[in-house]
Amino acid sequence: MASIVLKDIVKKYGDGFPAVKGVSLEIADGEFMILVGPSGCGKSTLLRMIVGLEDITDGDLEIGGRRVNEKAPRDRNLAMVFQNYALYPHLTVFENIAFPLRLAKGTFSQDEVRRRVEAAADTLELREHLDRKPANLSGGQRQRVAMGRAIVRQADAFLFDEPLSNLDAKLRGQMRTEIARMQRRLGTTTVYVTHDQTEAMTLGDRVAVLRKGELQQVASPRGLYEQPVNLFVAGFIGSPPMNFVPGEVRDDVLHLPFADVPLDDRLRSVVGDRRLVIVGFRPEHVEDAALVEDGSRGVAFRADIDVTEWLGSELYAYIPFETNPEVAKKLEELDRELDGEGLRSQVVAVLSSESRVRDGDTAELWIDPARLLVFDPESSENLTRDEEAARRIDAETEEERRAALERAQRREAASGGAEDRERSASARGAA
Amino acid sequence: MSGLSTRQRVLWVAVAVLVLLYALFPVASILATSLKPAGELQSGRFLPQNPTLGAYEQILVGGAQDLFLSALRNSIGISLIATAIAVILATLAAYAIARLDFPGKRVVLTAALGVSIFPVISIVTPLFNLWRNIGLYDTWAGLIIPYLSLTLPISIWTLSAFFRQIPWELEQAAQVDGATTWQAFRRAIVPLAAPGVFTTALIAFFIAWNDFVYGISLTSTEAARPVPAALAFFTGASQFEEPTAFISAAAVVVTIPVVVLVVLFQRQIVAGLTQGAVKG
Repeated sequence: MASIVLKDIVKKYGDGFPAVKGVSLEIADGEFMILVGPSGCGKSTLLRMIVGLEDITDGDLEIGGRRVNEKAPRDRNLAMVFQNYALYPHLTVFENIAFPLRLAKGTFSQDEVRRRVEAAADTLELREHLDRKPANLSGGQRQRVAMGRAIVRQADAFLFDEPLSNLDAKLRGQMRTEIARMQRRLGTTTVYVTHDQTEAMTLGDRVAVLRKGELQQVASPRGLYEQPVNLFVAGFIGSPPMNFVPGEVRDDVLHLPFADVPLDDRLRSVVGDRRLVIVGFRPEHVEDAALVEDGSRGVAFRADIDVTEWLGSELYAYIPFETNPEVAKKLEELDRELDGEGLRSQVVAVLSSESRVRDGDTAELWIDPARLLVFDPESSENLTRDEEAARRIDAETEEERRAALERAQRREAASGGAEDRERSASARGAA
Repeated sequence: MSGLSTRQRVLWVAVAVLVLLYALFPVASILATSLKPAGELQSGRFLPQNPTLGAYEQILVGGAQDLFLSALRNSIGISLIATAIAVILATLAAYAIARLDFPGKRVVLTAALGVSIFPVISIVTPLFNLWRNIGLYDTWAGLIIPYLSLTLPISIWTLSAFFRQIPWELEQAAQVDGATTWQAFRRAIVPLAAPGVFTTALIAFFIAWNDFVYGISLTSTEAARPVPAALAFFTGASQFEEPTAFISAAAVVVTIPVVVLVVLFQRQIVAGLTQGAVKG
């Protein structure tokens, strides 16, 4: 168990390319921290610097209060799960999991190794596969073996490098909950790298969003979702992603491509004297006007629906719009950074599945102006961010995390105690 | 070959049979010749009328015994030592080339390639003079050193290609798991590299085993003369008799270790050992 502290960590490659540009991050003991960002943002490099596979160009890395910049990976006492699992193909599952124990010569007796490996195998339901070779296992089983190798020794922290990206969608969901359950139970500090925002949102106590080697925002998933600091974070978090449209301010009215929103106090104060802003809103905040019971707070508008996708639980409606040339470049750039294809400018609305809106309709939709986020088109900064609310959200989630951790460990202690009693009882019986 | 139609399969079998015939006919011819008695050598027939083991007797226990058995001993010893040195050096060099980024990496590889394309015949005369002056002429070391120049380049090339296929993460995983660099190499990389090392050793051994130019030029007595060179010194029973049968018999005998080696190592050369290390 240990905290991990990064202070102004810089990574420059031999050719002078700066992969990580001064990242500072404090990961508390027992916390589940996610590093997320599009490809090439430096998240994997950062993880590899923590584990010691990559030299740190500048800055300090502390694990459990001690500076470890110059320590070899084996002296850092961390466990890592690689994207491609990196199982030893010539060893059985048992020996793969036992590998770290065997390396610590003399520390563990043969019985101790067996006991620990079997305990890890039980946790991951690998008991019946212990004698098999990795080549004969399925993708999910290999993934579990890799995790077994990580949990078998008392590592100070777990590091995951995109561990689920090689699995198919269904298995990914199962393994995701498995990892969350394991982390809660063991209460081990965990750093988890992913480019998948769903994994980031569901697993993390806190999420660090990286972009081009720079830290954008560190907050709880809810904090990122509700109070993003800038366009990048807002666009990266959430699926389907947040919609961005140009907003022209004229005569105390915010003109969006398909709706006119009269400025209220909140919007008026953040817009200031800007003539043009970028307005962001979540797809799920758009409703079918016909299904809204009390539409008085919001703005109803008519929009031409291009395509709809009915998913059973909800309905996606796509609305093409003409973008403003002044912000088009900014939005295109953002799209590229988010690994998008930059196809066409359209708005996605997630409507209730009861909605009767279909392809080609001119639909009556509704949105609550309080849900609109306003971004500065120059600095990309979120003008509507409420620091107070952000702090409150993070404080709440931190509290929830501690409570969940405690609950998980209390339950673990209870069941572990029962097992111990059982074992001693059977030992007495045998004697 | 599950995806092949019957016609394709027939075609493949036909091609395989043709290639086998082409490759094995000379061997069969030598075998047949080695069994012919002296009188039948010019008979013009493929199979001997009265097969005899006389030639084998002659080279293994008879008059040519000294010449052949000492040569066999030399060949085995020199080839094995040259192979062992080449494989050990090449393993370390190839690992460094595949894993580390150091200045001059390309130079090492290019130089190795350059050495291997250098015609042997053009350096044999200077080498002959040099070896005579420094006392390496007609010694085992005098052959092992030039053999290394033949076997090292190809060993380095094949092994570095092989090492590149091994996922680097395995080594990194071992290091994170608590291994030193050497432990990671020995416990995670060497077991995976074994098939590649065996294959390379086999190739290196054949190169040394089959060499003729160095063997005949840098030796003069049975102190170091290898089999391919010794074959040239076989004589017939009289000066009017060709030693064809003896040479054929010797050729068959020296083929045996090669076949034995292939059969032995075949079990080690298990393809696809790295499968399962990373997601296939």
